[in-house]
Amino acid sequence: MSLIETARTPLRYLDDTVKGWALHTQQYFHLLARSLHGSVTRPFYGRDLVIQMDVIGVGSIGIVLLTGLFTGMVLALQSAVEMKQFGATIYIGRLVGASAVRELGPVLTALMVTGRAGSGMAAEIGAMKVTEQVDALYTMSVDPVRKLVVPRFVAALLCLPLLTVVTDVVAILGGLLIAVVKLDLTIDLYMRSVYLALADTGFMFRVVPIDLFAGLLKPVFFGAIIAITGCYFGLRTSGGTEGVGRAATRAVVTTSIFILATDYFLTQILIALLIE
Amino acid sequence: MTRDSLDVWDSQMRREVREEVRRALADLGEVPAPAELEGPVVDLHGLGLTYGSHVVLHDVTLTLYRGETLSILGGSGAGKSTILRLILGLSSPDTGEVIVEGRNISRAPLTRVLALRRNMGMVFQEAALFDSLTVYDNVAFYLHEHTDLPNAEIGRRVREALELVDLLPSHVENLLPAELSGGMKKRVGIARAVVHRPRLLLYDEPTSGLDPITTRTINDLILKLQTELDVSSIVVTHDIRSAFRISNRVALLSGGMLVYVGGPEEMVGSEDEYVREFLR
Repeated sequence: MSLIETARTPLRYLDDTVKGWALHTQQYFHLLARSLHGSVTRPFYGRDLVIQMDVIGVGSIGIVLLTGLFTGMVLALQSAVEMKQFGATIYIGRLVGASAVRELGPVLTALMVTGRAGSGMAAEIGAMKVTEQVDALYTMSVDPVRKLVVPRFVAALLCLPLLTVVTDVVAILGGLLIAVVKLDLTIDLYMRSVYLALADTGFMFRVVPIDLFAGLLKPVFFGAIIAITGCYFGLRTSGGTEGVGRAATRAVVTTSIFILATDYFLTQILIALLIE
Repeated sequence: MTRDSLDVWDSQMRREVREEVRRALADLGEVPAPAELEGPVVDLHGLGLTYGSHVVLHDVTLTLYRGETLSILGGSGAGKSTILRLILGLSSPDTGEVIVEGRNISRAPLTRVLALRRNMGMVFQEAALFDSLTVYDNVAFYLHEHTDLPNAEIGRRVREALELVDLLPSHVENLLPAELSGGMKKRVGIARAVVHRPRLLLYDEPTSGLDPITTRTINDLILKLQTELDVSSIVVTHDIRSAFRISNRVALLSGGMLVYVGGPEEMVGSEDEYVREFLR
């Protein structure tokens, strides 16, 4: 191999990698745009939407309940250790309430749904892709994005905020359990403390705490990320059953990273817009 | 929300969309009626397709005439299935033209391709039945998506299609694809492809992975459909015996190039070295 060829190899690799990433990004956002368009234009696959809401929403309630409960309990336990030293255990409600509603509720719910439903979307659509079922849709003049992606996308957008509410409530109740049983706080004191935490940043329309609003806005974005990433990797699946497994794994890893990164940027924006 | 009310909701939505599509197609003057059709059903002109440095098809020119069955033979990776994808408008050629029923679809807008696909039926190698739907729903899928037919009429047509492929509707219509044997899956796949009475049927390896008896059954079925439905068919296969049994003409591809087109008998007597090697 000549000197020029040796020098070219890493450059060509870099070129291919950059082009590959650019193509992925373009296709990802193209799928997002088509899904947004498909969500508001006909045909609507109502039945598929209800099925997906059942899969994503109802199907995830169990893990979301457990996640919320144990997160709330462990938050109360851990913070009690520190707060006891300062005689500040009465503020445990504030800590649990604020943490659950602002951050842990939305993020943990999204991560749990990613593991359960996001991987399922990638695997299901991936299996359809490798067994030519997606091609069969095309040949029958049915757009796979409208039939397969849009119902999952809309279902995730609708279900994630609802699931987050469940996580928030259960996490606060988990904290309450520890506060009452282990720390001898009264229910009234704990709940008042939770309320003060939520009221701290003010209210929207005089009723909705800003923290709660922000905490329920994030899951809408997370829902979109879960559905689009899962479906994107599903539709790109190749290489038989091994490829299906690979697609599911990639979907979970990528979605989790996207969720955590988006959470940071959304928090920055929401603090700037709503609180500061 | 009950299953019935969901069905009603779905069908109302789709009826509106179908009306819109129908109006759009009427404006475009799409898809000629059968009586207007003359000349070849499929005309492939100088097709070329390359993926990276790999030449998939090179200057392929091939015609399917009305009512005939044309088999495309060739080894793995010869470009056989790619030809089907091009006819369906799932891919576009780099060079050349794909003319289906007189319409050039190689660079046509999606609406025209979708309209032409409604006159085609595709039978996939592994049947490609929708896993989550029963046999009945699989076969009825096209009619539910693209017609206003009442459920009773859809049911009648689904049963007719299942009987056409020698399946007893009452025995199979409630089964899921996972509960079917390989041969039954292929037959359901054929029923799904013919339920809307297409004028062009495309088969991708219809007999691969089947035992000799089931292979013969599927071949008989392809011949029966040609007679009873008066369809034109393209069969992609590497099964020489099946191709000779069901085809009026045979085409042989090698490395993306067409090396033979003609009758099965003439192919046996061909002096071409590759043809002789392939038949051996």
